[in-house]
Amino acid sequence: MSRSPTLRDAALAEMAAITARHPQHFRALPPTRVKAGALALAAIMLLTIGLWRLDFAPSRLIDGVGQLIHFLGLMLPPAPGTWSRTLLIFQGLAETLAIAFLGTLGAAIIAFPLGFLAARNTSISRVVHFLSRRVLDGVRGIDSLIWALIWVSVVGLGPFAGVLAILTSDIGTFGKLFSEAIEAADRKPVEGVTASGGGKLHGIRFGVLPAVLPVMAGHVLYMLESNTRSSTIIGIVGAGGIGLMLSEMIRMLEWDVVSFIVLLILAAVGVIDVISGRLRAALAGRR
Amino acid sequence: MATALARLPDDRLAELLHGYHAAARAPRRRALILAFSIAALSLLAARVAELDLPRLWEHSGAFFGYFDRITTLESGAGRVWTDPAEWFWGWRKWGLLLLDTLLIAYVGTALGTLGGFLLSFCTASNLATNRWLRGTARRFLELCRTVPDIVFALIFVIAFGLGPVPGVLAIAIHSMGTLGKLFSEVAENIDMKPVEGASAAGASWLAMLRFAVLPQVLPNYASYTLLRFEINVRQASVLGFVGAGGIGQDLIEAIRKFYYNDVAAILLLIILTVMLIDLGTERLRHRLIGAMESRA
Repeated sequence: MSRSPTLRDAALAEMAAITARHPQHFRALPPTRVKAGALALAAIMLLTIGLWRLDFAPSRLIDGVGQLIHFLGLMLPPAPGTWSRTLLIFQGLAETLAIAFLGTLGAAIIAFPLGFLAARNTSISRVVHFLSRRVLDGVRGIDSLIWALIWVSVVGLGPFAGVLAILTSDIGTFGKLFSEAIEAADRKPVEGVTASGGGKLHGIRFGVLPAVLPVMAGHVLYMLESNTRSSTIIGIVGAGGIGLMLSEMIRMLEWDVVSFIVLLILAAVGVIDVISGRLRAALAGRR
Repeated sequence: MATALARLPDDRLAELLHGYHAAARAPRRRALILAFSIAALSLLAARVAELDLPRLWEHSGAFFGYFDRITTLESGAGRVWTDPAEWFWGWRKWGLLLLDTLLIAYVGTALGTLGGFLLSFCTASNLATNRWLRGTARRFLELCRTVPDIVFALIFVIAFGLGPVPGVLAIAIHSMGTLGKLFSEVAENIDMKPVEGASAAGASWLAMLRFAVLPQVLPNYASYTLLRFEINVRQASVLGFVGAGGIGQDLIEAIRKFYYNDVAAILLLIILTVMLIDLGTERLRHRLIGAMESRA
């Protein structure tokens, strides 16, 4: 089967000349590729060391996966079991939602003035600005689960500790987000207020606040979504909500209840996401 | 230079003020309604969550007292930072545990990235042509990212036994869920011209991915992976709470057994590690973004 000479054949015929003309494209190993290869090699080596150090034995993995498949079989169909337990589960879910709501609201209220202190353009002095930034960073560095543990040892077991945990861990996040929103606000309205004789507080009230309030509300709604997720799990350390029930059921190997609770959590998170997404879209539209 | 500003006559001013009030009334009423509904919701939530302000008031001293207590030496001889050797008596053990925590985060992120990388090409609507495959992969990723990783860890601890293995797997699965979604969004936003070019030149699906898609998505993928690593370091430090390895196990033990100084030490170590990792990955990400822009 003969065919007309293609571009490829022509190029192959001239291979030597082309190679001589563009040596940089025909080098066996360009330096960028050597670098990328070394990087990949280092990453893989670290991965291997990690797998070895963290006891990843193949036999253990195979056993575990077998167990998991067994559990998965037991998870179907999802069922809450007795009526009293169903009631408990829904109570836990209500607690979870309450924790998320109160924690987010409380954190937003407390972080609101802190945001102004931590923003460069509205802070009292540079020292206050710097210190409040560092405090907020430190608070944010501790996970909400750790805060939950600390609050449980202060106010005792129960959802109250959960509210406080979500609240404290969010103060850091909100403070940072709020101060960034304030710093990004347009300076001109403030100048206008000052020019017409307003003081610094007037400037904040009529110049900054109208611009940043919708942004802040958006952040609060977004954090409400994220807190609904985190408040489902803080029950694991005894801080109220559905997490307590979930971890108990996992430890008691009641797999059908476990899958029921997980599905319930997914549904609740989905509903909150949709509601807050709608509200955020409405906010963005009005701005 | 005190020049007298022309002040409007009072009747004109009253008119202006009236106009302002009229304009401000509707938003003000809306804000009031909003405030009332939020207050009603919080009252309801407070009942459900057994909120007890008197108790908080009673214990608010205890909260600051707790931080006072964890920073006071067990012997009662001043603050912990006056005697670092006594405070960080277990630094050798904690250092190793911290390294383990970082390794858990690294291995979990690496495995999760691998999974998300492979699945992202199956879920991107412009690259995957099979609708069934795409739908299944999407649902799977959704499940992986909506279930919190600590729940995975709880289940895996029972299946695989105590230790870092369940922690790594929990982090890997959760990261796969989030990264798979982010990656596929990146892949859906690529320039399709190189893809068409590769297909027109007769490239197979894999060759098309390698030469047309990969060069476009790689910098973004790397940036998201670094961000995920940062989050996973935080997660890995608490996975020990449920027995899935890392420094969390020692922290929960110290808190539950009231080893106050150890709590302070471990908390400080965790905060410092998280801050260091944040700084490091931020640098790397900025370099990546810079490299991306200089090439573009």
